[in-house]
Amino acid sequence: MNEIKHPLPYASWETRGYWEGAGRGELVLQRCLQCGLVQHRPRGICVHCLESGGLEHFVASGNGEVYTFTVTEQNQARGFAEACPYVMAYVTLDEGPRILTVITDCAADDVAVGIRVKAHFVDQERDDGEPFAVPVFRLD
Amino acid sequence: MSEIPFPETAAIAGVYEHPSRFSPNKTEFQIMAECAKGALEDAGVTRSEVDGLFGASMSMGLMGIVDLAEYLDLRPDYLDGTNIGGSSFVAHVTHAAAAIHAGLCNVALVLYGSTAASNAMAIGTGGSGGSRNPDTAFSSPYGMTTVGSYAMYANLHMSTYGTTSEQLAEIAITMRRHAGLNPHAKMRSPITVDDVLGSRMISRPLHLLDCCIISDGGGAVVVTSLERAKDLPKPPVRILGCGEAAQHQGVGRTDLLTIAAKQSGDTAFNMAGVERSDIDLAMIYDSFTITVLATLENLGFCERGAGGDFVSGGGISLDGVLPVNPDGGGLSSNHPGMRGIFLVIEAVKQLRQECGDRQVKSPELALAHGTGGTIGDKHSGATLILGVGK
Repeated sequence: MNEIKHPLPYASWETRGYWEGAGRGELVLQRCLQCGLVQHRPRGICVHCLESGGLEHFVASGNGEVYTFTVTEQNQARGFAEACPYVMAYVTLDEGPRILTVITDCAADDVAVGIRVKAHFVDQERDDGEPFAVPVFRLD
Repeated sequence: MSEIPFPETAAIAGVYEHPSRFSPNKTEFQIMAECAKGALEDAGVTRSEVDGLFGASMSMGLMGIVDLAEYLDLRPDYLDGTNIGGSSFVAHVTHAAAAIHAGLCNVALVLYGSTAASNAMAIGTGGSGGSRNPDTAFSSPYGMTTVGSYAMYANLHMSTYGTTSEQLAEIAITMRRHAGLNPHAKMRSPITVDDVLGSRMISRPLHLLDCCIISDGGGAVVVTSLERAKDLPKPPVRILGCGEAAQHQGVGRTDLLTIAAKQSGDTAFNMAGVERSDIDLAMIYDSFTITVLATLENLGFCERGAGGDFVSGGGISLDGVLPVNPDGGGLSSNHPGMRGIFLVIEAVKQLRQECGDRQVKSPELALAHGTGGTIGDKHSGATLILGVGK
């Protein structure tokens, strides 16, 4: 498969920690110190406590397994049309939450439900100085 | 407040489905207006009696329902522009019944119109081109498409329960067979399982013929009080049960195979006080073949994982255990972007036994379930149980 040209992610103050973490090569998740909930995607509040005070970021292992996936053979959108077929997947992280991603650097036929994968970070060419990267996954 | 318990206070008095599947010289609102005329005539009520306006479309945004009121030169007492995707119109009927029950309006008009086909909209496969919106940043870098979301659901179902592409194809060929009996359907030539499996792969495991068509079109529904409906020319179609739900990825632990239909279906069945086996026909939003299988399971028509067997061997044909989409559905009749209104329209026509060659034999209870959004990501569900007689 050809390389995907990922559309650039943009951050709000709620999600900045996640994207800056990716820029450092870290998969960053949020945990509520009050109730222990690990939540993804990141938010300005713990959705169970509805409070912002107890939230912290932590570096996750970057390990997980494929929950389900599809081999996309048609997508007209820029950045993806030339990359078809590509593997889009939900990965269940070892820390609990599931994350939408793509599985790269492998043959589509090698991907299976339940297979172990590891996070990898794709740097972005961007002119706004944001130090972000896009987390993708590779077979472990 | 009515003394009849909700939701039976209200009934569907008129419906109209636009016969055209391609309307390059019309606007959305024009199609809606033509449908309004058809449904008001069907109901036997006049335009001046309309005091509740409900509608949604692919392009109606903020103030859209007010724009629609202006276009139609209507000044209703009750406005509802709820847009929860393709299921919106099923929900509008529920909302109209609630407003009628509360005495806020008495003649509600529900409208949809679309020129999706003549605008050459890539509804299912044009996803994730990227935007500067932080809220989409967790999906847009990954090329999420509508069909891709459904394909991930299908793949999980297959790997969990052994469901096959042949079983999904049974849904497509049944819808096509039904469409062959519907003179207005867009795709009417019969297809085989091999045709489906041999069609171009879009997003594994979904082939081209696992996907709905794209058409233009529109429809309208008139909801009024049961009392009023009894004095009108067509037999009233009673609203016996209704439910709505939202399903999404939450904080990242959602069981993907549980869709909104489970919650909205349970609500509707409990309200109606009927069993699954009492339902004579089901109108199920069929954006993709897998949508039908997932919805039937989540509504409780079969056990989870048993959907593949349920839809095979003619199970959802006109003479099957549960006839599904006698009109040919979105897979073969019409799919102008948001299909929910046609689920209600066909259920009503079937209950009134007006469907000619595609008529299900003497139905008394019908279910309509709309899905809005994508079941592998976030979506809404709206269920209605409708009945005649008694």
